[in-house]
Parts: sequence; C-alpha cells; structure tokens
Amino acid sequence: MKFRSMLAALAVLVLGAAQAQEPIRIGSFLAVTGGAAFLGDPEQKTLELYVERLNAAGGVLGRKLQLIVYDSAGDAEKARTFAKRLIEQDKVDVIVGGSTTGETMAMVPLVEAAGVPFISLAGAVVIVEPVKKWVFKTPHSDRQACERIFVDMKARGATKVALISGAGGFDKSMRAQCLQVAKNHGIEIVADEAYGTGDTDMTAQLTKIKNTPGVQAVLNVGFGQSPAIVTKNHKQLGISQPLYQSHGVASKAFIKLAGDAAEGVRLPAAALLVAETLPDSDPQKKVVLGYKREYEARFKSEISTFGGHAWDGLMLAVEAIRKAGSTDKAKVRDALESIRGFVGIDGVFNMSATDHVGLDISGLRMLEIRKGDWTLVK
Amino acid sequence: MSGRTASLATLAGIVLLLPLALQNNYYYEVAIQVGLNAIVCVGLNLLIGYAGQISLGHAGFFGLGAYGSAILTARYGWPPLAALASATAGVAVLAYLIGRPILRLRGHYLAMATLGMGIIISIVIATEDRLTGGPDGMPVPALAAFGAALSGERVWYWVVGATLLAAVWLALNLVDSPHGRALRALHGSEVGAEVTGIDSARHKVKVFVISAVYAALAGSLTAHYAGFVTPAKVTFFHSIELVTMVVFGGMASTFGAVVGAAVLTVLPQALTVFKEYEMVVFGAVMMLTMIFMPRGLVPTLALTLSGRRLPR
Repeated sequence: MKFRSMLAALAVLVLGAAQAQEPIRIGSFLAVTGGAAFLGDPEQKTLELYVERLNAAGGVLGRKLQLIVYDSAGDAEKARTFAKRLIEQDKVDVIVGGSTTGETMAMVPLVEAAGVPFISLAGAVVIVEPVKKWVFKTPHSDRQACERIFVDMKARGATKVALISGAGGFDKSMRAQCLQVAKNHGIEIVADEAYGTGDTDMTAQLTKIKNTPGVQAVLNVGFGQSPAIVTKNHKQLGISQPLYQSHGVASKAFIKLAGDAAEGVRLPAAALLVAETLPDSDPQKKVVLGYKREYEARFKSEISTFGGHAWDGLMLAVEAIRKAGSTDKAKVRDALESIRGFVGIDGVFNMSATDHVGLDISGLRMLEIRKGDWTLVK
Repeated sequence: MSGRTASLATLAGIVLLLPLALQNNYYYEVAIQVGLNAIVCVGLNLLIGYAGQISLGHAGFFGLGAYGSAILTARYGWPPLAALASATAGVAVLAYLIGRPILRLRGHYLAMATLGMGIIISIVIATEDRLTGGPDGMPVPALAAFGAALSGERVWYWVVGATLLAAVWLALNLVDSPHGRALRALHGSEVGAEVTGIDSARHKVKVFVISAVYAALAGSLTAHYAGFVTPAKVTFFHSIELVTMVVFGGMASTFGAVVGAAVLTVLPQALTVFKEYEMVVFGAVMMLTMIFMPRGLVPTLALTLSGRRLPR
C-alpha cells in the first residue's frame, strides 16, 4: 500500500508539472472482461476515444479531461470497491459507468452518501425509480422497451400476447416490467413461459404457446444466445403469430445466429443501428452518424448500441460541467437535472427532478429484420 | 504455548497499528475485505490444510450466510443480530446434514460433491428472485445492535478486525487440541488414524461444520457491511478463489491463510496500474510463487527465516 501511495504521489507530481491546472477527473468502472464484456468493451473504447477527442479540442472549461477506468468484470462487489476508490482515492468529479444493473445498484448507496454525480449505463428501471438524488442513467429502461413493443403490437391489432423469457437479470427485470405495464396499453398476457440460461432448445415452451388459444403475438425477453434459439424454434414450429424480441438482441450477431428465421422479427432499438437510413429531418441523424463513423474508423469493428450509452453518459457529464461552469459536485448535479433537448445516441434527453433518464419512447425505433438487415418500421 | 500467544499478539498488533497507514476510506475498504476473506480462509484452512479434505463449495456457505441475513432482515424485518445468528446456525445445521454423507467420499469424489453443492446453492439463489432479487442482487439493511446502526468504514474496520482475531484465536486453539491432533492424523493416513482409535467421520464432519460456520459468518458480515448482495460471491469461481488464497498463503498454517487472503485481495487492486496486462501479471505472480514456494508463502518464509531446510 505504501508503494501504491508513492506511485500516486509520483503521478500527481508529474501531472502537476505538466499542466498547471488540475484536470477534470472522470471515473468509470465497466465490465470490460467476463460474461458482460460485450457491454463493457465498446463502452470503454467509446469513453477513451471521446476523452481523447475532447482533449484534442482543448478540453472542457479550459481544463483537460482525465479518464480513470477500472475493470469490474461485472462483479458487483468489485464495482463497489472500485467506486470507493474513485471517490476516495482518485477524487473524481463525476462517475460514468456501471455496465450492469447489479454493479450499479451495489454502488448507489456510496454515491448517495458521498454526493458524486453518477451516470449509469445499465438498463433496469430500479436504478432511477424511485429517483435518487445523485444517480442518472442513459439507456432506455426496460419498462420503456416493453411500452414501445406494446405500442407497435397494438398498431398491428395484436392485444393477446404470449411472453417467453430467460433467467438472467435483464430477462427477469424486463419480464416483470412488461407484466406490469401491459394493462395500461390494453395488452393481455395470455401465456408466460420461462427457460433457463444456457438452454439449447425452447420447443417445449413455444409449443405450449402455440397451443394457447387466442395468441396474437409472441414476445421474447432475453439476452445473449437464447433469443436466437427462440427465433429458430419459432420458425421450426411454424408459429404464424409475429415474434418480437427485446432491445437486448440489437446486434448483428443475433441476425447471424438466427439466420433465415430472423426474417420478420421486430424489436425496439436505438437509432444507431439504422443511422444511414434515418430521414435527414431526424434530429438525431447527425449525432448518430458521426459517432458511428468515428467509432468504426478508429476501432475497425462494428458499432454497438452499448457504446452509444457510454457516449451519452460522457457527453451529458461534459454538458453538465459546461453548464455549471465548474466541477462543483452539487452544481454539476443540478445542471445534469436541468438538461433539456440534448440530442444523444439513445434519443433526446429531457432531464427533470422526477425523471433521471429523460428519454421518452420515441428514441426507441421499431426495427424489423428484412433480408438479414435492420429496417426501420414506418 | 508461548509461540501461539506471540503470533496472535503480532496479528493483534498489526490490526491495531494498521489504521496509521490507512489514509482514506478506500484503504479501509480494502483492509475490511482482507479481513472478511481472511475469516473464511482461516476456517477453510482447518478443513483443507489440517484435515486434508477439499471443499470447492465454500462460496455456497458464504452465500447462504449473506443471503440468510439479507432475506431475514430485509424481507421479514428481523433484527440484524438475530438474523446473523440464525443464518449462521442454519448453515451449521445444513453443513452437518450434507457433511455426514459426503465426507465418506475421498479425494476427487469429495471435491465433486462439494462442487455440486456449491453450484446448487448458487443456482437456487439466482433463480428464487422473489426472495433473493435474482441475478441483480438485493439491498441489505445496516447491522444495528442496541439501537445504534454500524456504518462507516472506520467502525467496520474494528468489528472485522476483532472478529478476525477471535476467529484466528479459536482456530489456533482448535489446532492444538486433541481434535486438531486427530485432524492431522487423519490428514496423514485415514486408515492409520482409525487404527489408533480416532473416529474419522465424526472429526471430519465437525471440522466441516466449523469451516462452514466461519464462511457463513463472514458472508453475513459482508452482506451487512456492503449493504447489497449479488450472486457473484456465491459462484463456483469464488469457491476456487477461496481455495487459492489458502493454498497460496500456505496450507496447515493459520497465519498462512490470513496472509494468502491479504495478498490475493490487495494484489488485484495494486495491479490496476498494469491496465490490460493486469490479469497476465496476476497469473505470473501466482505461478512463480507456486513454482518457487510450493508449500505456500508463510511456511516457506518461516522455514527460510529459521534457517532450517525443508523437511521430507
């Protein structure tokens, strides 16, 4: 520990000599390795890329940005320790991070006690409901994804819906939300089937759904490989009712895995996936396309919506610091809460004292898979 | 025995003086985690190091302690101390019931049985989301006793420090008791031990229960300290992590278990300076230690310092 503190002291000395003014410290902990690495990896790349760009453009308030990222591997316990490190040791001005809901929820008590503005990149609605003073988040909550799906189902005249879901944290949280908001949208859940993580065949559950009278649409709430299997089984069983997936599968990998069976599947997703085909009048087009091009040019890999959450998190933090005119934590928090009409990757943010996400469901586009690619449903 | 008292006094001295080097709450946080891991390892070391029985399911007991406390306090409104005591007692009973049949197994079979038990516990905790909050975890109320809630790293440091000292003291006493000698005889040769009149089943089950209680107690404390539990600490990987700490520090050495827990808890924090090479360096440190110090850190250093050659 002595060695570490000497190192830290040395680092402070070097930094102090290099620039007279203290940098603005942005702390982050992400699931860069482990099972949730597909979330943390694009998030980290995005943060690094844009901190670099912001610094090249002269920084914020005339001060450079300094990014401190720790790898939590998706482990809530580790995330909590790193959060403490960011707050106590690195003395960060704002925290942007937390790839998963578990990590985020484990550190909520810490940031609330310490009073540090925190923008989470995780999905579940429990993060911002009830509203916590210092906690914000950028992705649409799972409840909004349910609502977007139900709105589309209604538009197609389907009101009796069969639900099938997995056993992961994402699946369970979203399933609960869908069950809760169904009534408000005049949707009746007529079947509620579940499968385990790692199951390789969902024919049994889907057969049950097929035999349930009156089903007009099928909704799969899942993550990873399972949704691709559900999609294949759905086609194999010849179920004629349309299949909906969650925003959790919004990646090209899903289309590859599901193959032909993916044809006609609908899902809500951020505008990022259909950046090129957005109409020019779309307010998000410029931001989304810019991010997509810069990211793909730099990392030579396909964009993912998860990196977009990190872009929003970082830019909201920067916007709040600019608005507050300082890095005073209370002022930055107030500024965050008062952000209106901020065009991001996930949508247009309108924060308020009662809404710490600030997105409405219009930011979630309804996509249909046609000929192996995303198509915007008009 | 004076050696025992002296080493216990050294540990007490370290616990007492360490806060002088702890500059902020983050350092306290790491110290508390070292303490909590050390408590589990001291118990696990009794089973692995002294009795020679492997367990790959101790994260399960840790998790049952943690979730037992969490569920009883958060869902049923029990007072935290009562929840902690009942969770620990519940785990003791469970360990006894499981231990009776599976400790008849030896070597790989015992490892597999404990592995299976740990995985079952982990799956149950992740799926029973109405009680446990599922994979996203659940919040836990603070530990409160006699009308005052324990909060803040500094207070917790002393609670964990005192618990660790008590745990080490009990373990040292146990090792020097007839029960401890019976365990070492078992480790040497189970047949030989039985020939000299040692009831091997009884002794094995007893030490299994004791080590499970250590893990459950640490689990309960962790849950209340962190204020949040997730199934990440109940997984098979955490079981392996615990066994690694014991082996790394030195088997059949209570202080080895403490040192192993300390090194392997602090190391990942210190290695973050290597960024993406963190895991590579971590692996290299582990490999080199095991190649050059196969008996573990503490026993090898102790032998080197006393100038003796390695026996056997």
